[in-house]
Amino acid sequence: MNKIAYYPGCSGQGTSEEYDRSSRAICKALGIDLVDIPDWSCCGSTPAHTVNHVLSAALSARNLALVEGMGLDTVTTPCPSCLTNLRTAAHKMENPEFRAKVNALLDVPCTKTIEAQSVLQILTENVDMTLIKSRVVKPLTGIKIACYYGCIMNRPPELMRFDHHENPMAMDNIMTALGAEVVPYPLKVECCGASFGIARGDIVARLSGKLLDAGRRLGADAFVTACPLCQMNLDMRQGQINDALHENFKIPVFYYTQLLGYALGLDRADLGFEKLCVDPRLALGRIKQPAQAS
Amino acid sequence: MQIFDLATADLDFIAEVEARSHQNVKNCYQCGNCTAGCPYNFAYDYSVSQIMRLIQTGQKEAVLKSRSLWLCGSCQSCTTRCPNNIDVATIMDVCRHMAREQGYATERNVKLFSDAFLHSVEKHGRAYELGLMTEYMTRSGRVFTDVDLAPTVLMRGKLPFKPHPIQGREQVTRIFERFRKGGINE
Ligand code: SF4
Ligand code: SF4
Repeated sequence: MNKIAYYPGCSGQGTSEEYDRSSRAICKALGIDLVDIPDWSCCGSTPAHTVNHVLSAALSARNLALVEGMGLDTVTTPCPSCLTNLRTAAHKMENPEFRAKVNALLDVPCTKTIEAQSVLQILTENVDMTLIKSRVVKPLTGIKIACYYGCIMNRPPELMRFDHHENPMAMDNIMTALGAEVVPYPLKVECCGASFGIARGDIVARLSGKLLDAGRRLGADAFVTACPLCQMNLDMRQGQINDALHENFKIPVFYYTQLLGYALGLDRADLGFEKLCVDPRLALGRIKQPAQAS
Repeated sequence: MQIFDLATADLDFIAEVEARSHQNVKNCYQCGNCTAGCPYNFAYDYSVSQIMRLIQTGQKEAVLKSRSLWLCGSCQSCTTRCPNNIDVATIMDVCRHMAREQGYATERNVKLFSDAFLHSVEKHGRAYELGLMTEYMTRSGRVFTDVDLAPTVLMRGKLPFKPHPIQGREQVTRIFERFRKGGINE
């Protein structure tokens, strides 16, 4: 496959380092050739677009211009928030007037339309599921999983153009292919409380608490997510949620890339299970060992 | 029920929201779909369809002073489900831009967090999580924000102690400088 520019996003160097690491590892294992964008900068995340749309687009466009400079036309990122910003910027800059306003803020103008896709989309659309199945060495048999996509991976559909905006299936299909039992999770695209964890923890406790509760009622042993913010709210803040709601949730929350890497038998060091806050062994222990060890 | 005296409608406000969001607010027929799907509705002072109504009737003060603008999580549910294809989330965004510009900040800590985040980007080129938390705690006076998480987070090496400076950080700083000089409304 052609080379794809890779944008890790700021959280990939901090709170979601294990997502970055495992995303790289599975892409490598499945033959997707990622090339790091040299000297990438922050896309501005949610704060930028709540201040001004041209500023927000310019922070993304500096990176799109770098991709253009690499001679590539597609960029991929694991983070849905970065993805939204990169896609929105690229889309809005199809309007020459808007592009001119953005370029006026940049040292190096962005002149091409660069396509931004999530790593999940790249995987889904470029890797044959039968290939994934054939590479599974540790099937996830015995574990029950709730797939949680978060609010903006697929919305709004006109912009994101990937999977279904009310009932996405990309992660469900991957997990099923790996041998896990996927529960019919109804809150796939509900919001977890986004970046309000710090300023309004009460809101995150309520919204993420609802997500955990629904997973528990369905008997899920674990969640898989594709978003650093969702993962952080559900996993790192699970203790705070328990305190606020007088609950006792203890549900591990994985990045889908970690479980995919696990099933493919990738090096544990690349999967970063030790970074998770709720002990992942609670769920990994459910996985049945193959009857005959080879 | 709230009664609007249409003589008090601020027509310039309606026009400005429409121009900056590229949306036609007159298309809203108050079906309430946006509100029904809004996960933050419980925390809002005006529901999102009420905000739409307030805009249609030119109630500028009420809109810009509302807490809802600051509590919107940009989850895109309203935009996705509006039967009239109104990009409601963008309208919320644009109203928040205007509230900011005109000095309203009814959820002070939400604004402080955004500011701290953007300062971090302006200074380092990338968001430096530990640094932005420190700035947020200093400015909000909420020194105990998330201290309960410190052992967990530090033990797992989730927060680097130093920013990752990038070569192009001055280019990023210049984006902010030019933006402030430019007086851009969008
Ligand atoms: S969903 Fe659309 S039409 Fe219905 S109330 Fe909301 S903005 Fe108005
Ligand atoms: S984008 Fe904002 S207003 Fe719209 S549904 Fe989500 S939180 Fe509510």
